[in-house]
Amino acid sequence: MNIDLSAKDIVKKFGALTAVNNISFDVPKGSFFSILGPSGCGKTTLLRMIAGFDHPTSGSLKICGRDMLGIAPNKRPVNLVFQHLALFPMMNVSENIAFGLHRRGVDKQTIQKKVHEILERVGLPEYANKRIDQLSGGQKQRIAIARCLVLDPTVLLLDEPLGALDLKLREQMKVELKKLQSEVGTTFIYITHDQSEALVMSDSVAVMQNGVFEQIASPRELYAEPATSFVASFVGDNNTWSATVSGIENDCIAVETDSNLHFKTRSKDNVSIGQKVDLFLRPEAIVINPHDVSGLNLLQVTVKAVLFDGANSRLLTVTKAGRELTVSLPQNRQYDYIQKGDRISLGWSPESGICFKREE
Amino acid sequence: MTAFTKKKSLLFWLFLAPVIGWLGLLIIIPHIDLLIMSLKAENDMGDLVWSTANYMEFFREPIYWVTFVRTALYSVITTVVTLMISFPIAFYIAKVASNKLRGAYVILLLLPFWVSELVRVYGWMILLRESGVLNFFLLKLGIITTPIEMLYNDATMIMGLVYSSMLFMVVPLISVMESLDDSLVEASFDLGGGVISTTWNIIIPHAKPGITSGCIVVFMLSLGNYLTPNLMGGKNSLWFTEQIYNQFIASFNWNQGAAFGFLLLLLSSLIIWFGLKVTKQTLGKVVA
Repeated sequence: MNIDLSAKDIVKKFGALTAVNNISFDVPKGSFFSILGPSGCGKTTLLRMIAGFDHPTSGSLKICGRDMLGIAPNKRPVNLVFQHLALFPMMNVSENIAFGLHRRGVDKQTIQKKVHEILERVGLPEYANKRIDQLSGGQKQRIAIARCLVLDPTVLLLDEPLGALDLKLREQMKVELKKLQSEVGTTFIYITHDQSEALVMSDSVAVMQNGVFEQIASPRELYAEPATSFVASFVGDNNTWSATVSGIENDCIAVETDSNLHFKTRSKDNVSIGQKVDLFLRPEAIVINPHDVSGLNLLQVTVKAVLFDGANSRLLTVTKAGRELTVSLPQNRQYDYIQKGDRISLGWSPESGICFKREE
Repeated sequence: MTAFTKKKSLLFWLFLAPVIGWLGLLIIIPHIDLLIMSLKAENDMGDLVWSTANYMEFFREPIYWVTFVRTALYSVITTVVTLMISFPIAFYIAKVASNKLRGAYVILLLLPFWVSELVRVYGWMILLRESGVLNFFLLKLGIITTPIEMLYNDATMIMGLVYSSMLFMVVPLISVMESLDDSLVEASFDLGGGVISTTWNIIIPHAKPGITSGCIVVFMLSLGNYLTPNLMGGKNSLWFTEQIYNQFIASFNWNQGAAFGFLLLLLSSLIIWFGLKVTKQTLGKVVA
């Protein structure tokens, strides 16, 4: 497997603040790698170091095996799609795209050909002579990506480029971006705080918090097997309980929640009896009024509200102790009878829950 | 017309009145008077009659139009030099300096302008004259053996003009550069641009309105400056404003002076029009 980008022990300090703390990762050639994290977690700093606008305090950064430290941004084989795109307003679309080629001293005819090709690729062939302010949000997006891709970068960096778009367009661009990436085969490093963007597009996602990577995994693994409680709470929706370990069996543990419910579940960490833990449970792992209750954790709840949202519909329920719990409501008409105020029973399998040691 | 719109238009004229009054009394009426004056000359009997003699005189006497061309040329040079010095300064203050220092730098730039131009020019003279501060130190250090007269030459005069008009270039440049998005500069570097190509392709096009308005102000100020060329350039400065002054005050030939004044107005308008044409801009865009 060819490694396009390899970062080792990267540290970046701003005075007393450590923005990026000892991060190492490899990005294989042609993959779509996302860095997912809340704002202020250091992901933009990391990206700017890869692009060359910031310099790591320590650590090494290699692109295709070549050391990048001390190499200016205009000499690196990476290009960055800026958060606000940074298209040059003083130039039209084709001049924007041709800018990088001109800097390389490519001859006029080749430039013209390449600009035309890349505009076709992003689906805007007749926009070459438009001014930037004549484009819509999604078109600007595509031009910004085209402006970088025309240079055939080894790695394309994208800094939350979909942030400014409205929801519908964002959904559409997600799919388009993924399609574009698999067509051109360029390595993408994509930064976002939106977990759905990261999950939909990426081959591999790094979840970042407080300057460190909590977990690097495929989207599916990230969702099903979160490595830390931060990943469990940040990626996807989860119901969370505070609980205490009350018993340990072969491959699962028994816990008692602070509202005195008893469950059996899995634990990621090694725990002993009496250990305080956080229990995470996905809304879709809960079965409403299960027929076969053997081996399931069971609880009785009252429906507080039916949150209808098409395929994403949920029930907001509340336990006797007043604990709220969201449950997915599959839209297969099977549960249409459930009304607000109904008492229902819920069941979930011990394998669906996951426990982490409580960080004090 | 309804009562309300009538009232509104009355208010509009009320607010406009001081402006119209100011323009009319101080600019338009005197200029009409000057125009009439410039078109009158004494005939052989000593009576004032309509004539273009004052304008003909300008073209007939080489000293007048040579001074005129020289003034225009040196004003253009002053403007270009001022722009070249101010551009990096403005970029540094607007983009490189930290927020805290930015205010301090602007105040440092403003500080000399709290003193009148006359005093500032005398400051230069104290520094540069034969018995001045600079010569004193050069003599003391043994770099020169006899004092050098640094005043009263064209280079010193242009330096003085650049110095006295620099603020009017730096301020519009700072404000236009503050509106430049940093990520545009970064994007240019990211796409392979260097310092020169980024300046030429990104920063200058963005700063164009500021450059133009700064250039117009500096050019006008230099062209119409009387004090600096007169004091720092001395008798040889040959600045056109001196010719106007001489006609009015020394020769008491107000008609000739008025004609020169109009020629200067015509010249500055023409050069600015030409400058805007060359850079493909309009006055409306630059001022807005």
